[in-house]
Amino acid sequence: MLAESLFFSAVLFTIGVVGVLTRRNAIIIFMCVELMLNAVNLTFVAFAQVYGAAGQVFVFFVMTVAAAEAAVGLAIIIALFRHRQTVDLSNINLLKG
Amino acid sequence: MSHNVLPLFYVFHFYLFGIIAIVSAVAFVTRKSPVAAALWLVNTMFSLAAMYVLLDAHFIGVIQVLVYAGAIMVVFLFVIMLLNLGHASDISDARGMGWKLAAGLVGLALLAQIFALTRARVTESLTLPENTIADQVAATGAIAPVAGPLFHEYLLAFEVTSVLLLAAVVGAVVLGKRGERANAR
Repeated sequence: MLAESLFFSAVLFTIGVVGVLTRRNAIIIFMCVELMLNAVNLTFVAFAQVYGAAGQVFVFFVMTVAAAEAAVGLAIIIALFRHRQTVDLSNINLLKG
Repeated sequence: MSHNVLPLFYVFHFYLFGIIAIVSAVAFVTRKSPVAAALWLVNTMFSLAAMYVLLDAHFIGVIQVLVYAGAIMVVFLFVIMLLNLGHASDISDARGMGWKLAAGLVGLALLAQIFALTRARVTESLTLPENTIADQVAATGAIAPVAGPLFHEYLLAFEVTSVLLLAAVVGAVVLGKRGERANAR
């Protein structure tokens, strides 16, 4: 099942990357990042079956970091919305130069 | 579940949930309404949980449903509704043609890279015998194979994780309160 898992993981990760690059809504881009983390988790679990359960421990850590990231990221989005009244990233280009 | 017992049953369900995950992910990326997108992403995460169970990671599957599909996505939906972004608007539209082209190219490059890596060979000495994890789960339960390394080899990382979560909570509260203080002034 390793090759199949890697295939599904690669496709899911690519869908996440395409989402980040093509969407403008900050919340949807953020959810695409979560999708990419999930794709990597699938790789970890698939390799854990072949190379030992440490891979599952790493999935545990990835999930913890994802939860922390979601809390901070959504707080940033709320602060951004209070300031600019939008989550459209094409309007938020202060650092574009 | 050991996949020597019912190979066809196992393989069929693995592909079924994989295809559900990919179809839901495509639907998630193409939805205009953020709420619909979030619900499709929940669907992807449920299918991934099923795939984890099929890959002998029962505990991770449960955690996936509880933490990802349960907690994280509820926070996302909460923020979408708090900011009243639930309706499909022009904000949700995709970027221009150049970005789509760039995304397609990056996607193709990533896919090619990952497929090339799939063909790479890892030395046999690293590989566990067939069904080792499945036998461990059958012998000691689903949690022991994860809990053992977590509280021995990775104990320090586990403790540092608690500091990370504390920092995240404090950071979220500070970011959330800043606006209120500015309004009060």
